[in-house]
Amino acid sequence: MLNTLKATVGTLALSAGLTTMALAEDLSGTLRIISDMSNPAPRAVMEDLAAGFDEQHPGLTVELEVVDREAWKSQIRNALTANPPDVVNWYAANRMGPYVRAGLFEDISQMYANGDLPGLDSVKGAMTMDGKQWGVPYTYYQWGIYYREDIFKELGLSEPATFDEEIANCQKIIDSGRKCYTIGSKFLWTAGGWFDYLNMRTNGFDFHMQLARGEVEWTDDRVRETFANWRKLIDMGAFIDDHQTYSWQEALPFMLKGEAAAYLMGNFVVPHLREAGLGDDQIDFYQFPKIADVAMGEDAPTDTFHIAANAQNKTAARAFLQYVTSPDVQSKINAADALGQLPVNANASVGDDEFLQQGFEMLSNNATGGIAQFFDRDFPAEMAALAMEGLQEFMVFPDNLDDILNRLESARARIYK
Amino acid sequence: MATAHDDMSWVRRNRMTLTPLLFLAPGVLFFLAYVIIPILQSFNISLYDWDGLGQATYVGLDNYRELATDRAFEISLWNNVKWLVLYLLAIPAGLLIALFLNQTIVGIRLYKSLFFFPFVISQVVVGLVFSWFYLPREGLLNAVLGVVGLDPINVLGDPTLATYGIIAAGLWPQTAYCMILYLTGLNAVDPEQIEAGRLDGAKGWRMLWHVILPQLKPATFIAFVVTIIGALRSFDLISIMTNGGPFGSTRVLSFYMFEKALSEYGFRMGYGSAIAVVLFLIMLVFIGYFLWSMYRDEKAARH
Repeated sequence: MLNTLKATVGTLALSAGLTTMALAEDLSGTLRIISDMSNPAPRAVMEDLAAGFDEQHPGLTVELEVVDREAWKSQIRNALTANPPDVVNWYAANRMGPYVRAGLFEDISQMYANGDLPGLDSVKGAMTMDGKQWGVPYTYYQWGIYYREDIFKELGLSEPATFDEEIANCQKIIDSGRKCYTIGSKFLWTAGGWFDYLNMRTNGFDFHMQLARGEVEWTDDRVRETFANWRKLIDMGAFIDDHQTYSWQEALPFMLKGEAAAYLMGNFVVPHLREAGLGDDQIDFYQFPKIADVAMGEDAPTDTFHIAANAQNKTAARAFLQYVTSPDVQSKINAADALGQLPVNANASVGDDEFLQQGFEMLSNNATGGIAQFFDRDFPAEMAALAMEGLQEFMVFPDNLDDILNRLESARARIYK
Repeated sequence: MATAHDDMSWVRRNRMTLTPLLFLAPGVLFFLAYVIIPILQSFNISLYDWDGLGQATYVGLDNYRELATDRAFEISLWNNVKWLVLYLLAIPAGLLIALFLNQTIVGIRLYKSLFFFPFVISQVVVGLVFSWFYLPREGLLNAVLGVVGLDPINVLGDPTLATYGIIAAGLWPQTAYCMILYLTGLNAVDPEQIEAGRLDGAKGWRMLWHVILPQLKPATFIAFVVTIIGALRSFDLISIMTNGGPFGSTRVLSFYMFEKALSEYGFRMGYGSAIAVVLFLIMLVFIGYFLWSMYRDEKAARH
């Protein structure tokens, strides 16, 4: 796993008598990065990032270690406590909580205050906790309804703007012998996405965040209203059967084979659809439709870089954070042929791809309610785990709702204290 | 004379005691460091509220009080009981196959190997194979049910069936394991006793029950031990096949402990330890029984 990119360039340069050429403030030593970008495309991006930064600073050696993305979720604790690296990957918002509270992430508010990170003002909020900033984002992506354009055309449907239109569309899809939505809820979080949207559309972004912070009871009538809207879809048979058995990838074939018309998912679903052979005339995207008259809130999970509080080379780490968030690098790593996601820097350009452009447009102009991270990043971990289990149960046995809500309410009373 | 005896060094005088102690020391040390001390630590941590990173706060028996009202814990506990009881089916099933295979015909080695095969492959593979078998639409099980004219079922998606589905998957390799234990046991069965039994007119069930089975007692004991241990270790199958779902209906204590203490959404070390302590106490009942019966047997052998 250990990938040492360049070992001795610095010392070679010294012995060759080139020291006089080096800038006084240039970086030296070793910069150790542990990244969770282990999927093929992100991995290539991360390796390029490390190599590019290494090249810029002859006196610095960049050591990159890429660990499995899922494994990292539990490994980060050990990594940050014993012999911590300088820079690590993680997630924005509430997910930073345990490490911020334990003092394992470096407070970098100064960098934001000094203007070392220009163009990041709009994403600063997601990195803020206790009034301070604890890292920088490097990419984010929109969520929305990805649908089979050809099926919509065949049935004469257009992208719905309201929930009533959504339901009318769905009825026509069901009448044609298909399901409206595919979903695989085995690992629960996909159900969290549905709840995020239904709740943000029914009660608004602010209410959703109050619920996430534990300020509203789960048994509140407004929460019930969200579930009532969800139930409309469940009762009409909008979702595929047996979704509790499938992972989100295993639910893809339903859409690929045209047995289901749409998928509420993050933009990372697009490469999967394309690789499976769907052309751009077959897939399209629309924003989750309006339900109540509230400003639209959107899910846009953000992935981040942080400096470990006990890092050895904080100067280099800060420079790396600047490098990653600079407009050029942002445009490059988020391009359609790299991560295929949205750049975090306002001065960077969005990749040349219909979904990236649409997503960027939606988040910039039509997410006036606010931008959420995602169910399991906004809610405290334990609450999220219990709640998502309840959401899955609701999708299979909607009649258990009272029992589920009472259970979640007693969990809320305990967890938020 | 007395002086000569005194001249012997203390080590020399006590070497009959010291030698075994020295030989035991490394094992005892490692057992202390990796088994006994962690168990005591678990007991200790279970009295704290600790996220594994920050300061631990002492909460007394609060974690246990919460366990008493935790429905997920109750479900896990019951699932453990189901595992313990149903997993024991591997013993008679293994015996049956062993008796069936204990004959001399052409290619019997091949048949034995084929029956033993599921025990050799990894539990993860067993889990995957069975989850494909159970798939609601493409799975072989529903194809078969369809031929017989029954409605398809989604075994792993149905909270009332899922645990049994996983246990069935676990029984496949466990039966093979018990079978191999009995096959070795059958080799050691005394032919003269069988002959004597024949002369006395015993055959069929009576022969099995009164002549063969008593001689297989050591094999049965080992099969019992490994099956109980296997039932309590049922973690990997659950993780692969359902990940504890649907909505937590297939968790067992070890899986629940993992979720609460070490998984992505966990890191309640105190609560996880409390679950571990309960699991340990359950195991202690069996461990106690095994130790007692081994002690009894050895005592009987010495006299």
